[in-house]
Amino acid sequence: MTTAIGADTARKPATMAQALGRALRDAMAADPSVHVLGEDVGTLGGVFRITDGLAKEFGEDRCTDTPLAEAGILGTAVGMAMYGLRPVVEMQFDAFAYPSFEQLISHVSRMRNRTRGAMPMPITVRVPYGGGIGGVEHHSDSSEIYYMATPGLHVVAPATVADAYGLLRAAIASDDPVIFLEPKRLYWSKADWSADAPEQVPPIGRAVVRRPATGGRQSATLISYGPSVPVCLEAAEAARAEGWDLEVVDLRSLVPFDDDTVCASVRRTGRAVVVHEATGFGGPGGEIAARVTERCFHHLEAPVLRVAGFDIPYPPPMLERHHLPGVDRVLDAVARLQWESEWTEGSAV
Amino acid sequence: MTVLEQPGAYRPTPPPGWQPRVEAAPLLPDAEPYRLLGTAAAADISPDLLTRLHRELVRGRRYNTQATALTRQGRLAVYPSSTGQEACQVAAGLVLEDRDWLFPSYRDTLAAVVRGLDPVDALTLLRGDWHSGYDPHEHRVAPLCTPLATQLPHAVGLAHAARLKGDDVVALALVGDGGTSEGDFHEALNFAAVWHAPVVFLVQNNGFAISVPLAKQTAAPSLAHKAVGYGMPGRLVDGNDVAAVHQVLAEAVRRARGGGGPTLVEAVTYRIDAHTNADDATRYRPDSEVEAWQAHDPIALLEDAMRDRRLLDDEGVRAARESAERLAADLRTRMHQDAVLDPMELFEHVYADRTGQLREQAAQLRAELDAEAGDSGKGE
Repeated sequence: MTTAIGADTARKPATMAQALGRALRDAMAADPSVHVLGEDVGTLGGVFRITDGLAKEFGEDRCTDTPLAEAGILGTAVGMAMYGLRPVVEMQFDAFAYPSFEQLISHVSRMRNRTRGAMPMPITVRVPYGGGIGGVEHHSDSSEIYYMATPGLHVVAPATVADAYGLLRAAIASDDPVIFLEPKRLYWSKADWSADAPEQVPPIGRAVVRRPATGGRQSATLISYGPSVPVCLEAAEAARAEGWDLEVVDLRSLVPFDDDTVCASVRRTGRAVVVHEATGFGGPGGEIAARVTERCFHHLEAPVLRVAGFDIPYPPPMLERHHLPGVDRVLDAVARLQWESEWTEGSAV
Repeated sequence: MTVLEQPGAYRPTPPPGWQPRVEAAPLLPDAEPYRLLGTAAAADISPDLLTRLHRELVRGRRYNTQATALTRQGRLAVYPSSTGQEACQVAAGLVLEDRDWLFPSYRDTLAAVVRGLDPVDALTLLRGDWHSGYDPHEHRVAPLCTPLATQLPHAVGLAHAARLKGDDVVALALVGDGGTSEGDFHEALNFAAVWHAPVVFLVQNNGFAISVPLAKQTAAPSLAHKAVGYGMPGRLVDGNDVAAVHQVLAEAVRRARGGGGPTLVEAVTYRIDAHTNADDATRYRPDSEVEAWQAHDPIALLEDAMRDRRLLDDEGVRAARESAERLAADLRTRMHQDAVLDPMELFEHVYADRTGQLREQAAQLRAELDAEAGDSGKGE
């Protein structure tokens, strides 16, 4: 991993969208084999402007407006990767990626395996995902479980401006295919951030404790990723008033899954709530809860709870606030962690 | 008569300055498949090429019968035979330069073997010891592709990438008639035409997608006609005339290499055997149809033409058959050896580095294997 071009050590406010764009630009500048392709990524700079300026700076051969065809976009990326390029594919919206699933599942994810390692697929698939921006149908899906269930893919989701940059650089540098889930509603979230800080590139597969518990008596771990991390941080702040000492773990990477960081946290706190936008039934939370239970059973004071989207097709924009897990729903779950003995002993606060 | 029934009557008003992108006429295939053997033009084909084509056709037929026999002996899980289609396979396997790439489907093992792949490695997928038995870079042959038409966009992407790097590499992608109905066929042809990619698509129209005949697959006048809608030439060729297939493909490869963009070639041929050994072809086609196509056999067509030009005699036929028998004997011997497999390899190639989860699972399998070995040790 080379450092970003130019000296840019000053920490300035930046949005997640800007950090993602900067990551693409720096990756393309550092490695001529990095190619960006997708619908509208060139002249328009992407519908979210993440690829803004790349075609101008690197030419249309490096940042290519493709025909409108997701299977074709990902399928040609496979051929490009076969010839030694590192394609970065943009799927315009989460649900638009579905036509490309055959390429993803039948080829991208298993080409390394099929060829006994001779043909790796260093492809990054950027998927603007999740709700909360008032999108109409097919513009707000959380499809991570489909990706997670496919061996051979890495699945990552940044929650902060710095991680957006660092994880995208790591994804592009990876010799394996990475599904890069971009939380749409965090695109315009801001943070003080400097692009010239290689230490900001976290290895894929490492979770981080975003907010440590401070050793309070009623403690719990909120396990989350992507757009739900800020919700958890806000809930943790609000829960102090209720006497709860909450630790927030940001997974960053769903595959590989960082059992060590998650379980270390749960062993410290004794309780866990998994929070995500995706549907609960058969969703990521079930897998995470099972993993935590298998590894931390004797440390748990309560069952691992899940706060997820309802098991419904993603709702129309005027109703999405009822579907998306918010602070209150997280706090309700935290309250339910006062399992039997806590209730009987009346030890709250 | 309605407007739509009047030829040429339906013309939407074009916007100002609108011009058709290309004239359709040069892109259109001829009505009849192109034939070369038995025509006056065949006299121009080099004797060396004909001899090479003949040798590979005879070896290819023998390879097909041997591989089919290996399925009956339980050595291959399945074999989709290309008997009857050898002319397409041989032409595809010989037409490319070393630096070019071949993108085969599961029925195209013979093309890969003709290109130089070890026959045993080409059959690894079908034997079942791994999903692909060769390093694709060695002979520039992509892994055999089982999903239909999904290898076509790969060919486009590779050819496009090669051109971006300044290499004059051509990709030749093989697909069957059924595969032309898949969305990936459409997307690949569209990308190839828009990107002007150096790709040649060869449709081997062998009459059936398992049991479904072409008439139920498409309403197009021919599969080659589909090219026109993408803005590339479509060429229709007799798929049993190996010289014609080779010539048409060679022209398309030359055109692609010279910057002329992609071509769609439809070779009209016939699958003499069933789809695979798991298929009963008598349920969907009469013997008389098979016999009619057997009378149009690619080997017989070539041998007749070569004997007419005194390029082949009984001795030449015998030499080709002996070469084929050596191929079959070698294949038999090596395929009857049990594959040596290492179960631990299951975890080797999932990711560049094993995840923690896979390390745990590998340890579990290792323990199971050790326990098995311990048990069998006690039994001895």
